[in-house]
Amino acid sequence: MEILVCVKRVPDSAENEIEVKADGSDIKRDDLVYSVNEWDNYAVEEAIQIVDRVGGSVTVASIGNEEAEEVVRREMAMGAHQGLLLVDPAFEGSDGKGIAAILKAAVLKGQYDLVLTGAQADDGAAQVGGMLAALLDWPYASLVNKIEVQDGHTLKIGREIEGGNQEINEIEMPCVLSIQTGINEPRYVGIRGIRKVASVEIPVMNAGRLGIDPAAVGQAGAGVKRVDYFVPPAGAGAEILQGSTAEIAAKLLDLLKAKGGLK
Amino acid sequence: MAAQVFAFIVHKDGVADDSALELISAARNIFPDASPTAILTGAGAGLDAVCQEVAASYKQVWKVGAAALIYPNAELVRPLLLKLLPKGAVLLLPHNTFGMDLGPGLAVKMGATCIPDVVGIDGLAGATLKVVRQEFNGQASTHLACDVSNGAVISVRSGSFRPDESRSAGGQVVDKSGEAVGLSARRRFVEVVQAEVGDVDITKADVLVSVGRGFGDKENIPVAEELAQTMGAVVSCSRPIVDAKWLEKSRQVGTSGKTVKPKVYLALGISGSFQHMGGLKGNPFIVAVNKNPKAPIFQVANVGVVADVLEFVPELTEKIREAK
Repeated sequence: MEILVCVKRVPDSAENEIEVKADGSDIKRDDLVYSVNEWDNYAVEEAIQIVDRVGGSVTVASIGNEEAEEVVRREMAMGAHQGLLLVDPAFEGSDGKGIAAILKAAVLKGQYDLVLTGAQADDGAAQVGGMLAALLDWPYASLVNKIEVQDGHTLKIGREIEGGNQEINEIEMPCVLSIQTGINEPRYVGIRGIRKVASVEIPVMNAGRLGIDPAAVGQAGAGVKRVDYFVPPAGAGAEILQGSTAEIAAKLLDLLKAKGGLK
Repeated sequence: MAAQVFAFIVHKDGVADDSALELISAARNIFPDASPTAILTGAGAGLDAVCQEVAASYKQVWKVGAAALIYPNAELVRPLLLKLLPKGAVLLLPHNTFGMDLGPGLAVKMGATCIPDVVGIDGLAGATLKVVRQEFNGQASTHLACDVSNGAVISVRSGSFRPDESRSAGGQVVDKSGEAVGLSARRRFVEVVQAEVGDVDITKADVLVSVGRGFGDKENIPVAEELAQTMGAVVSCSRPIVDAKWLEKSRQVGTSGKTVKPKVYLALGISGSFQHMGGLKGNPFIVAVNKNPKAPIFQVANVGVVADVLEFVPELTEKIREAK
């Protein structure tokens, strides 16, 4: 099976305090720790496990620059067979549909049976997978937390729905699936693994190679444009307890007693 | 700009989802005098009942009943909506597991703009709709200017708009079931597998000590267990803890886990994503401990402690022990 996994390099929101620049034009990015989007990492692991079972190869694609190469290489160190970088100044400022259009062009350059994306990334929009499927006119399922290969044409998949229940579906290939965290346990990537793939050449494709009209993507083609980032006016918010650790613990003890938190 | 506004109503067991009434308010934030048309798909008597319920709040209700639609399969509903919706329509739907499945692809097929997970709507100027979203797990907000001249598919975050409880529409149900003929999809619904039941029922607990990513490693879970034991509380957790297999799924609080109604909730090392908070009901007293002062949990907690859970929690456990 030929699988393409679309990955994005993002600020790791578990590791960073995100702050908005004074002029609202962006978040402060200078000191951020970046990594591969967590959902995408599960998708790559899943692709590798599928290929380990049924054969084939895994390609990891990312839209971006040299920095995107770093996450593609990391995923190759996990066991993905090929990388693919989609790089063009015309791609900058793309909205979700623009990103999906670029990925569509990349998908059509290959012979893929299955395309995986993360269920969402740093902007929480959860839209690119569904848009990509619609542009390709392939079937789609979101929030996938289980994949079983039935035969050459069909997958049995689970979708995570409300309450942690699992919706089982059969889906025909080729298809696009967006992957939910928890579907597997992504393998650890050590420094040695990254060294091994450090000199592997990663093909780069620009708008011309992909056959994309630059006006249809990027800021020019975006139906959704960012006006600014901002910090919403703080609501009442929590009363932040002050003092030494011992003092705070003592205050909290009194509060918990008063609120019925101790038995 | 004038456009026809529609709301897709999600329902289960003959009852409309809470989003049904919130979408009315969302629609009025776009067009102040909007009278959105509700669309419901399904089958059988349950569908009729929920259409009647929804007609109290929507002047016009489109019912599409067909055996194939008894379970909401987005891959079937999408081509159906493409037939039903007029050109340039604005469709509102909840940003839940069905909305995420349906919406983005529908927007592409309609040639409309996809506007996902909206938490606020500032209004329409010409054909530009200004909305509010959150990014970076709720740590930053953003205004987006969206071109809706060819329509839009807008998914709305649960709880972001005040439900319109007036129920004064006295609406009409229009049967559009004829449009469902000949639908097919390359994805077939098989069954729903219920989430596993664990040894502890966190939904019954009055006091929950809830573990988040801030604990850093599975080896540190006993730090929370010890606090819970000292307090006479039950241990629950957030999603990343289950993903990492540190605790079992039955202990997860959130939209993809359990809905809990404790009196007191200690959120320890939990950032407070909306999916997590969606599982916390009944207005509990919330204590948040997190080393990141920007964590969204501090917006909703009653009391906050900015500290590393691994340093603070043992101290608190000790204090409670001494007081006993």
